[in-house]
Amino acid sequence: MASFKTDIDAASLRFRFFMMTPGVLVACGLIVFALGLLLFLAFRVNDGSLLGAGATFDNFVNAVSDPLYAMVALRSLVIAALVTLATVVTAYPVAWYLAFHAGSNRSVILFLLTLPFWTSYLLRVFAWKIVLAYNGVLNSALMMTGLTTEPLTVFLNAPAAVIVTLAHAYAPFAILPIYVALETIPPSLREAASDLGARPFTALRRVVLPLSMPGVLAAALVVFVPTVGDYVTPALVGGPASTMIGSLIQSQFGKANDWPFGAALAVLVMLVILALVIIVRRADRLYVGRK
Amino acid sequence: MTVAYAQRRKGAGWLGWYVVGYLVFTYLPIVLIPLFSFNDAIQASFPLKGFTLDWYRSLAGNETLRAALVNSISIGALASVVATALGVMISYMEVFGRSPLARVVSGLARLPILIPGIVVGIALLILVNLSGLGPSRTAIVIGHILVALPTTVIVLRGRFMAIPKSLAEAAADLGAGEAVAFRRVLLPLAVPAIVSAGMLAFLTSFDEFIVAFFLAGTDPTLPLYIWSQLRFPKSLPTVMALGTVILAISVVLATAAELLRRRGLSADPSKSTTGKNA
Repeated sequence: MASFKTDIDAASLRFRFFMMTPGVLVACGLIVFALGLLLFLAFRVNDGSLLGAGATFDNFVNAVSDPLYAMVALRSLVIAALVTLATVVTAYPVAWYLAFHAGSNRSVILFLLTLPFWTSYLLRVFAWKIVLAYNGVLNSALMMTGLTTEPLTVFLNAPAAVIVTLAHAYAPFAILPIYVALETIPPSLREAASDLGARPFTALRRVVLPLSMPGVLAAALVVFVPTVGDYVTPALVGGPASTMIGSLIQSQFGKANDWPFGAALAVLVMLVILALVIIVRRADRLYVGRK
Repeated sequence: MTVAYAQRRKGAGWLGWYVVGYLVFTYLPIVLIPLFSFNDAIQASFPLKGFTLDWYRSLAGNETLRAALVNSISIGALASVVATALGVMISYMEVFGRSPLARVVSGLARLPILIPGIVVGIALLILVNLSGLGPSRTAIVIGHILVALPTTVIVLRGRFMAIPKSLAEAAADLGAGEAVAFRRVLLPLAVPAIVSAGMLAFLTSFDEFIVAFFLAGTDPTLPLYIWSQLRFPKSLPTVMALGTVILAISVVLATAAELLRRRGLSADPSKSTTGKNA
């Protein structure tokens, strides 16, 4: 170990420099710089030029004070929160099964569960469009079984359609973090709880659930992040009543052509995510501390 | 203990059925795409009208589609090679470099997971316009490198962490410099993981829509082509045929990547010392 670390010769130094530089360039030159530009633009006045003119807080003031934008922002938060809740709650028992009951089938089931993650997200959303459409799969199936005689219009163009579609599209994101958290709980802790007379449900509530909270929170975060900024799903299955903040941002960089305002909206989204990350970190420490 | 075990078994039965139901719900909507791609009707609705390959035939002669496919493949190939190379360097430096800077770089490289695609898209759009590059294929490649980077870094640092430090130390004790130890010892051990990360990076790029939407110039990628066709109800069956082909590619690549990743974790000398690590 000593020789690996202390006597760094010139060749090793060159090697380290070579291995380090590309990462530093991408991290600083692309990621940090691009986000910095976005932040900068959010404080500029839109005059049609690329970087705007003058410094201003108006973009943020408009975004927060206009009731229309506030409503869209609120709707995005509610939809993303419901999607997150739905995916995490439905994923938990699956992760539980994988961690404690799957046995030799575990890797196969895990693979089947994560496979959709690698298929096109656009196609997963598109699939719901054909399911929910007026002349679509669901309506025709209902009519074929005689449950309805006329196609129902309630499925498409509603926030509920957005929630179902997003929950389905991002379901694979939630299972893995919860499963990993459950897997790392020593079996002895559950056995101890049961030996000390805890009923299975009590053991779940008092022992396993708190210990798996870091995984649950991580899962919630990875589902919340892509859903809160989504604009594809509202456009395909949501209709005008489901416009989300992502759709607004997208139109600022398209038809509305107000990049500084769009940047300000994006910065607000990032602030919400940052706040969540901080909360998750805090909670993480809380639960780990209780161990 | 036996009572608890029996209870657990009983619970597992219900839970097993729940997992089956969950899998059905996961796959059912996706399976509809291939199902209706063979259906002889414009509308995707029951009852099925009969088997046809017409929609696949209409794919064959489509020039725009062919161009989009070539575009997607070349962008995916370039982005995945760069993202994988970066992933190797960043995760190697994080695991073996022992410098705080390397950890910060690795954290930043994984940051795009916490940024919605739309924010990555517009931030890069501003960047490429500022640099004079403008929306273009190169811009999409840059965007896809960023989107794929968290995946490659996560897969590869998992691999490097599973390699016992003693191997690198043994190489150093035997007189190998860091560069030689990397090239002759660590890199060969990581090959399956590198190929796996590369395939997943390619898939990420190949399927990516949101970032490409903002960064595309005049040449669409395959997902952008699909998006443009969704406005026309008449082209839905063709989209479903195309979607089926894309799904098939994704499934094959993801399966291959998984098999490679597992082989990388089990069939090499480091296994005996790291224990089970799947």
